[in-house]
Amino acid sequence: MTTDKKVAHFPMLDTNHLNLHPLKALTRRITEAYGPSGYESAVRELIRDEIKDYADEIRVDALGNLIARKKGSGAAPRKKVMLAAHMDEIGVIVTHIDEKGFARFAPIGGVFPLTLFGQRCRFANGVIGVFGRETKNSTTSEITLNKLFIDVGATSKDDAPIQVGDPAGFWRDFADLGNRLVSKAMDDRIGCVVLIQVLRELKQSPHDVYFVFTVQEEVGLRGATTSAYGVQPDLAIAVDVTGTGDTPESNPMAVQLGKGPAIKVKDSGMLAHPAVKNLLADTARAEKIPYQFEVLTGGTTDAMAMQTTREGVPTGCISIPTRYIHTPSEMIDFDDLQNAIKLLVAVLSKPVKLD
Amino acid sequence: MLLEKLSNARGVSGNEAEVREILIQAIQDHVTEYRVDTLGNLIAYKKASGTRARKTIRVMLAAHMDEVGLMIVHHESNGHLRFRKVGGIDDRVLLSKTVLIGKDKIPGVIGAKPIHLLKPSERQQVVESDSMTIDIGAKSKEEAQELVKLGDYATFATTFSPIGNDCVKGKAFDDRAGCAALVEILKRDYPFDVYGVFTAQEEVGARGARVAAYAIEPTYAFALEGTVCDDLPKEKDESPVTRVGGGPAITFADNSLISDRRLVNLLVETARENKIPYQFKQAVAGGTDAGRIALIKEGVPSVAVSVPTRYIHSPVSLLNKHDLEYLIALMIKALPRVARI
Repeated sequence: MTTDKKVAHFPMLDTNHLNLHPLKALTRRITEAYGPSGYESAVRELIRDEIKDYADEIRVDALGNLIARKKGSGAAPRKKVMLAAHMDEIGVIVTHIDEKGFARFAPIGGVFPLTLFGQRCRFANGVIGVFGRETKNSTTSEITLNKLFIDVGATSKDDAPIQVGDPAGFWRDFADLGNRLVSKAMDDRIGCVVLIQVLRELKQSPHDVYFVFTVQEEVGLRGATTSAYGVQPDLAIAVDVTGTGDTPESNPMAVQLGKGPAIKVKDSGMLAHPAVKNLLADTARAEKIPYQFEVLTGGTTDAMAMQTTREGVPTGCISIPTRYIHTPSEMIDFDDLQNAIKLLVAVLSKPVKLD
Repeated sequence: MLLEKLSNARGVSGNEAEVREILIQAIQDHVTEYRVDTLGNLIAYKKASGTRARKTIRVMLAAHMDEVGLMIVHHESNGHLRFRKVGGIDDRVLLSKTVLIGKDKIPGVIGAKPIHLLKPSERQQVVESDSMTIDIGAKSKEEAQELVKLGDYATFATTFSPIGNDCVKGKAFDDRAGCAALVEILKRDYPFDVYGVFTAQEEVGARGARVAAYAIEPTYAFALEGTVCDDLPKEKDESPVTRVGGGPAITFADNSLISDRRLVNLLVETARENKIPYQFKQAVAGGTDAGRIALIKEGVPSVAVSVPTRYIHSPVSLLNKHDLEYLIALMIKALPRVARI
């Protein structure tokens, strides 16, 4: 009885694992993995497993970036195209455990205090923590990080299953809402999903394509900085998420869920190379793939780091429109995901001429 | 004591020569070779030794020579000097402090209005450094110009001395403590190439470390620091960032770096096995040379480990000598194990 009731109330949650579209199942696997910035190894192994049969060469660099190369079919010298999506997610790191076993923490990346209270986090060892808040001398309208703590169910410092220095990611499971998907860490595991699927679907490319799953984007594009130096690409495209302006009373932004992948024009850290932007838009039009242009006023992506590596690289970015970014429930549109994959496969299948 | 010499030496970011000379004297008999690069970094190279040397590993150890200080930017008509801060200094620690200006060590006082003349509202406010002046006893602009040139650096006029049984006080322990440790560490031999780099301009953005690491291309990097310490009594049950006397502080993350976990674990395991006290830096704050080195070229696994130092970035800081000794001991024991990562 109880089970039936539960199914009636939460049909999506309980049927999630059954008959899930393969791309949705992949999204679930990748988004639910644990991987705050600097601690991406679980995500990396998962992705390595998904792509190992499709890449010609896979390596991990000094900072932990996973770099998969698919050799081009054209005559040498071939152009090197670098695609980047970051494996890391925002999270928290324990800075203190008090006598009663409550943990204080510092943020990893851009964590909004408002999104934490009552939410859960998960540590590398699987321990789940709940974010609680000090209630004395504080109100709900002014939640700050130093008035929040993590409760892992411990009764004292000694029986706490975590230590100072342990990082945690948000914990929320994946939900299939039909054409909309919700999960933690869509930023930027959905970009990882795009890269994985493009690598699988790309029959051949005239270029050497480097699929780079980067580390530490959320704390300052650090993985892209070193991997772009290593790859030394002739053309670079980041795949990341972007905000939308399509929710009630939202800040104006001409990006909506379901209107296609967003081709970045600019954000606060990068101006996309006009030729790369045009290459993406022209290809989308030619292939009848819906797309929208994106101007993001706050935030940036790995594209910024790739653009300024060495002597500079023509760089663009494809964004998956995402609602509620940097919360435990980030929402994307399934068509946008599929169209982003289609667009990248089309771009990479043909010789690129930038002008 | 080397730390005493280093602490008393004057070397605000961009002007590290005096500190560098002391360090060259201290290391020259212990390293294979050394050089000073374009930005003023002192790069000491120590060739791998032993029959089981690992030629593929290059370890960079960084400690910065520069300290925070002031730079003279204007002569007032009454002979006072206007200045700008070099590096991060809290305006509240400046008033009424004595300083030494330029290579001739012209003494000066950062003047403050006496309490008798302060309006009630002024007592509630922090005077901004832009409106402070340094008084060098000059009667006129011309006299001041004779003594001090625009662009001259000023340092706090603090002299090193013991305090209590185990502690010492002095200026610029951030990061002369790291420099003193690095000198001792370079006296040992290691089974791989070691680059001991005394860096320039850390306090203004880890500029020296960036170019030194670019040249060296290390396999692993350690920054040795004097780090923040706030172990004064607290009302609530919350940890200090570090504790004086608690042993070297290992950074798991700060604003510039998420430390490589293998290196963090290496330090922790070495400390445990050798019964060397250690602690974590329990805050994600500040940044070090390690953050810059980590992002050089194709990336460098890096970590920072520090002597807990109270009152850094002020005219006087305080540290425990044993913390410094333990930092040296920890690094000497931990370094050979890097070859096994």
